Amino acid sequence: MARLVARRALLAVPVLLVVTFGVFAIAAASPFDPVKAYAGTAALGADQETLDRLRDNLGVDRPFAVQWWEWLTSAVTGDLGQSSVLRQPVADAIGERIMWSTLLCAVAFAVAVLLGTLLGVLAARRPGSLLDRTVTSLSYSLEAAPVFWLALLAVWLFALQLDVLPAGGLTDTGSEHVTAGQVTGHLILPAGVLAVSQLPWFTLYVRQGVGDALAEDPVRGARARGLGERTVLLGHALRSGLLPVLTLIGSRVPELITGALLVETVFSWPGIAAATVEAATAVDFPLLAALTTLATAAVLAGNLLADLLYGLTDPRVKLSEM
Amino acid sequence: MTTRRIRRTTGAATTAVAIAVVAACSAPTGGTDAGAGGGGSAESVVIGVPSEPDTLSPLLGYGKDGNSKIFDGLLARDADLRLKPALAKALPEIGDDGRTYTYTLRSGVTFSDGEPLTAEDVVHTYETVLDDKTNNTAKSELDAVEKVRADGDDKVVFTLKYPYAAFAARTVLPIVPEHLTAGQDPNTGSFNTEPVGTGPYVLTGWSKGEKLTFKANPDYWDGAPKVKKLTMAVIADDDVRATRLRSGDLDGATLPPNLAATFKNDDGRTTYQATTYDFRAVTLPTANKVTGDTAVRRALDLAVDRRAMVDKILDGAGRPAYGPLPLDDPWYTKDVERPQNLAEAQKILDRDGWKAGKDGVRAKDGVRAAFTLYYPSGDKVRQDHALAYASDAKKAGIDVKVEGATWEVIEPRMGEDAVLAGFGSTGDPDFGLYTLLHSSLAGDGFNNMARYDNPAVDKALDTGRRSQDPEDRKAAYDDLQRELVKNPGYTFLTHIDHLYVLADRWEGLTTQVEPHEHGFASGPWWNAEDWQPKK
Repeated sequence: MARLVARRALLAVPVLLVVTFGVFAIAAASPFDPVKAYAGTAALGADQETLDRLRDNLGVDRPFAVQWWEWLTSAVTGDLGQSSVLRQPVADAIGERIMWSTLLCAVAFAVAVLLGTLLGVLAARRPGSLLDRTVTSLSYSLEAAPVFWLALLAVWLFALQLDVLPAGGLTDTGSEHVTAGQVTGHLILPAGVLAVSQLPWFTLYVRQGVGDALAEDPVRGARARGLGERTVLLGHALRSGLLPVLTLIGSRVPELITGALLVETVFSWPGIAAATVEAATAVDFPLLAALTTLATAAVLAGNLLADLLYGLTDPRVKLSEM
Repeated sequence: MTTRRIRRTTGAATTAVAIAVVAACSAPTGGTDAGAGGGGSAESVVIGVPSEPDTLSPLLGYGKDGNSKIFDGLLARDADLRLKPALAKALPEIGDDGRTYTYTLRSGVTFSDGEPLTAEDVVHTYETVLDDKTNNTAKSELDAVEKVRADGDDKVVFTLKYPYAAFAARTVLPIVPEHLTAGQDPNTGSFNTEPVGTGPYVLTGWSKGEKLTFKANPDYWDGAPKVKKLTMAVIADDDVRATRLRSGDLDGATLPPNLAATFKNDDGRTTYQATTYDFRAVTLPTANKVTGDTAVRRALDLAVDRRAMVDKILDGAGRPAYGPLPLDDPWYTKDVERPQNLAEAQKILDRDGWKAGKDGVRAKDGVRAAFTLYYPSGDKVRQDHALAYASDAKKAGIDVKVEGATWEVIEPRMGEDAVLAGFGSTGDPDFGLYTLLHSSLAGDGFNNMARYDNPAVDKALDTGRRSQDPEDRKAAYDDLQRELVKNPGYTFLTHIDHLYVLADRWEGLTTQVEPHEHGFASGPWWNAEDWQPKK
């Protein structure tokens, strides 16, 4: 296991290098003007001298490869540079936000995985039943629903119509302090929406996996030996059926991050995802590179976790061979 | 089976309990004057705004037009936009034929961290803003300043490169403490997010993308505010903002007309409609054979139905724009008002040789009366203005092709194609008009987008800028506005009113005439520090 982790860590280095270089290259090729983005609406009233001065001060005309190298050599020493669009050091900008994004994504992901597994198992044990058809059709519907639409619908229903949950923000809008109770209350809607948007994949994968496993010889053998239905379902079929889900966990991390962008915007959640949009449209190299590195690291970590769990769950798989 | 039922019941009960707890925690407190501490108290207010500042540092432009909440300038503006002393004891002494402005500071003023305000803080503030290395987008507004120096602890003397009549209005710029900002990079230093000022409020927290919270400064030189807690919630989506206002999460919000209308009959809330300098206009580039033609310009000016635009596009929340200055501006020239006159438009074009072809579109010397009008995509109000404009132009025989695009696409084409633009600067006619109309700034960044070139207008602008005599300035701006009727390089369409909905817990609230931008410094909360609770 340690060897696998070490190999993946080594592989991550060139991946991160390529990704950050790619980010700089794509950003440089984009039509967005960092000076206009920096100045905001003030750019529409600015004179050419001002725009030229900002261009010079922000260093936007230097080749992106030079900017990338300067950023990289600073980043490896822990200095992530200055965010032009947020007017503060990148480390500060990320530090303020990352906890909230992590909390949102972690809670949403945990709920999606657990609830997806539960619903998938329930649907799989009686294929074609009312429960199965309900769960399956709802999953396909939710799969197609855009996350921002779900978010607005949730706000309308729970905050406006029922008035039982706050419509947005990290804490009560009028509150000055961040408390665990308030954050919990305010987390329900954004995390719920994000979880619901990820739920269909887990549900359908588990249903398919467990359904397939139930038809396999080991499960038939277990039933023949007189084992209880619960033991058969959870101990044998689910264990086998979960293998594809572990792979799915790795591949859903990027979607989770993308979904968080929209959820954080709709709910005014002060996380890192919203800053990513700002960094991209502002061609803010240091901030964009740092955020992309974090996202890439999250994806790599997600995949590694999936592989580790695979090895732990399926005796046929040997970690030393991965 | 029994076990499963018990577990499901337990789960449902747990969920119900959780919801109840959350509801208890988050349910808004109802009722007016419910007492201190709750959301219904007149001592606190929660406002929903569509965007947040990029920075809270005046060195980078925050609060440059006043009403910053955290800072004060040497001067400030009252409800009628008249200048009044703030950190300065009185309006400035003007000497040397308008080239020196001397301010005497009010004594006993301190920053919220306890340090006293001195003339050095003022000098430091202006010198930093004027520094080329500071990324202040509005630096050119202080181009007139040659030097600023302290004369003792309580006097500041500005020396101008040339006489500049409107300079006093520029000294609304907030003053920052030298002891905190002198040692750090103004572009990315901590003062951007942890500001300290002399103003009525102190920032207690900024959760980026979510909200800013302020508390009253108990030692404010003009008296501690009655509203002790002020929260600005950042909510980009208009519908979400309206939803949260309705649910009681917000006490007030900036809203577009259609959403503000849904609160019209709400007993506990009042809608405030602020008139503005914020106008929408079509730029008519001089270099284009069609839009540069004076007859075409005048015809377009007469063909548009401004009243219909106000009523249909803005739901009545606005006024016709007959020039860049709004009807209630003291410098506005009343005799330039002109109703739609399609017959006159057609007559002008006929007389000038623009003849209608088979398709109804006119042509002259082989040039078809047609041009492209861009609007920034995603802005429905401008899109509607552009479409209405094209429809009116068609009736006069001019073919306007409307296209939506991003600014990256529009900008290189501004010299040849028309743009549905929005502008509006408060404070002094010089501020908005000079950059909009002076030929020396044609095509300079986003200044004078139409490349307007009119010697009579240039002369009026220069007179308005240099003369100290209010009557001379008034005559100059009258000439300018009348000249714009003769040669309208922009078709001015509407001034857009800004709408705000606010709970009824305070009395005597007002709005100012507002600039193009609105949010923090605008609306009935422009002077939240002066609000008085209802009895």
